[in-house]
Amino acid sequence: MKRHLVSAADLTRDDALLILDTAEELAQLSGRAVKKLPTLRGRTVVNLFFEDSTRTKTSFEVAEKRLSADVINFSAKGSSVSKGESLKDTALTLQAMGADAVVIRHHASGAPARLAQSDWLRGSVINAGDGTHEHPTQALLDAFTMRRHLNPGNGRDLAGRRITIVGDVLHSRVARSNVHLLTTLGAEVTFVAPPTLMPIGIENWPCQVSYDLDAVLPKTDALMMLRVQRERMNAAFFPTEREYSRRYGMDGIRMAQLPEHAIVMHPGPMVRGMEITAEVADSPRCTVVEQVANGVSVRMAVLYLLLGGAVFADNAEPARTETNEAAQ
Amino acid sequence: MTSYLIRNVQILGGAAKDIHIADGVFQEIGEGLTVEADIDIDGHGLIALPGLVDLHTHLREPGREDAETVLTGTQAAAMGGYTAVHAMANTFPVADTAGVVEQVWRLGQEHGYCDVQPVGAVTVGLEGKKLAELGAMHDSAAGVRVFSDDGKCVDDAVIMRRALEYVKAFDGVVAQHAQEPRLTEGAQMNEGQVSGELGLGGWPAVAEESIIARDVLLAAHVGSRLHVCHLSTAGSVEIVRWAKQKGWNVTAEVTPHHLLLTDEMVRSYDPVYKVNPPLRTAADVEALRAALADGTIDAVATDHAPHPAEDKDCEWAVAAMGMVGLETALSVVQQTMVDTGLLNWEGVADRMSRRPARIGRLTGQGRPISVGEPANLVLFDPAYRGAVNPDSFATRSRNTPYKGMDLPGRVHATFLRGKATVLAGELVEL
Repeated sequence: MKRHLVSAADLTRDDALLILDTAEELAQLSGRAVKKLPTLRGRTVVNLFFEDSTRTKTSFEVAEKRLSADVINFSAKGSSVSKGESLKDTALTLQAMGADAVVIRHHASGAPARLAQSDWLRGSVINAGDGTHEHPTQALLDAFTMRRHLNPGNGRDLAGRRITIVGDVLHSRVARSNVHLLTTLGAEVTFVAPPTLMPIGIENWPCQVSYDLDAVLPKTDALMMLRVQRERMNAAFFPTEREYSRRYGMDGIRMAQLPEHAIVMHPGPMVRGMEITAEVADSPRCTVVEQVANGVSVRMAVLYLLLGGAVFADNAEPARTETNEAAQ
Repeated sequence: MTSYLIRNVQILGGAAKDIHIADGVFQEIGEGLTVEADIDIDGHGLIALPGLVDLHTHLREPGREDAETVLTGTQAAAMGGYTAVHAMANTFPVADTAGVVEQVWRLGQEHGYCDVQPVGAVTVGLEGKKLAELGAMHDSAAGVRVFSDDGKCVDDAVIMRRALEYVKAFDGVVAQHAQEPRLTEGAQMNEGQVSGELGLGGWPAVAEESIIARDVLLAAHVGSRLHVCHLSTAGSVEIVRWAKQKGWNVTAEVTPHHLLLTDEMVRSYDPVYKVNPPLRTAADVEALRAALADGTIDAVATDHAPHPAEDKDCEWAVAAMGMVGLETALSVVQQTMVDTGLLNWEGVADRMSRRPARIGRLTGQGRPISVGEPANLVLFDPAYRGAVNPDSFATRSRNTPYKGMDLPGRVHATFLRGKATVLAGELVEL
């Protein structure tokens, strides 16, 4: 793996498994009385959020603090950015302050890639969601959750598992990251959505495409529901909320069509009653809360591997450092 | 006035001859000329082409002199072999009155690096609602004949119809930027495989094609001249081809970058590739090249769009659209059309000088290299190979996608009515 985590496509199978295995080890920390490691002591991580995100931002912040990093939260609102400062100047400022890593959430697709490719910043760039492009740590926590349920154990992937992703694929960074990562891990991915919410050219993506949710459910090991933004209705992506719900919503009747071992996932926040009924959301098969907890472990693993001195699989053996020892 | 003797130069790639220029015209053309001249130029290995004419240049003055001025833009034009450019109307203030077009025209006259023919806006403020004073702009010293809201599409069918009808009174032409606005809301790049993967708003080909289809029908209906700016899709080519087969008075242009680059380049998220219309697919590039070769597309036009560094050195979403092109156009055309065997140098002269001059009704430009004609001339070295270095550009801006790219050919000299504006690859102090 490279210095940055901008796209799930950047991860080889070995990289991805290293992150998932490391996350498994770090997850044990959450059960301890003192949930802290000295791994990133003296390192500075900046959370650079140009877009509101309570869940992802908090998850990264918890992960950073558990690894003892110095955390700086930089929000676009009320900052120099709202006074017209460019991304470049913001990055140069963070560089001058000695940021070792920048976790960036941006409303524009490609902003983290631009930051990573520029010479504005020497630290690592971690994409915490960019526009409708990617959200690689979300995909990692999704894969982590799936592996725990469908093929548990370090070193294992998701070979042969059938994952169905339902909803607004067109505007979903979660879907884009997941299709890369899940196929890298050997899973078979099927997208289900109305044709208006499928990206142009999806027929060339490494996945199946279906407009019929009921036909796909019996062949699904993990079902991931995507959030549908209500403003999409005004842009005529689908006729009404009720019609969308009837054709692509998840309810108890549809849940009964899933194999018994199958799980239902959602990146949150959920729109209950439209994408998913309370019956499904609150069922033991729904992993939404578990995904949130797993998010912290996965983000700790990413930060640990990018900043803790270890390197990923295609470069060299992970360095055995004090911080590695502490993680075990 | 300085006289020149150019020895052993290939005229349009034909036989090598000597060319004697004095008093602003071609005095003699032949083999082994013995005339005395102030400056002798060794033309061995060089090709002589008529001075190039650009139908589509953004000079930015007035209003955005930080990006370009009439002086730096025309110097860039001279360095690229151009002797005339059409200056687009989207300045600040907009060139929608006789006063503004005269200002731009006079600046061109004063600086003297090439003829500047202002394009007048079709509608007031480029807002698409009310016709600008088209007649006053034509009657001004600038003598405007090309009208365009370029950068924006005249999307109201009634306004477009009226503009087409109105300019018939003075043999004008409406140059349309074909972009259906609703279909391109939020668009950031070509809609296709790459936009889907990158999560960037898609700009569908049909947004261009549907406007061109409407406009050729409108132009035919009212019997007017229509010029279609910067064609970028294979479908657009088919519509223009159909209109021409019908005998309608429709012309079209293509930019050098749409002949070379594809939307695959956007994968880098480097805003240097952000342009309007967007870079399309390899199949579109192939269709555009073929159409330029067979004459369906009349002209190569640069859409030279300078932007200061801060407008490009940023994330893709907020970056300005456009790229500079005057100084690299002929090299890109050599690479994509000549070196591929699609067009000979005679064809290049036709698409980059003769036909653009005819579309813009520039009677003194796009003329043959013949005795007695005004000496608008470019000497081009097609054997030159070298990496593009934007630091050597005359244009004020550096937003080129070709930085570091090996492109063939280099302009050796440019003459505007017998006066050298570029010699030995360097600007001449006028």
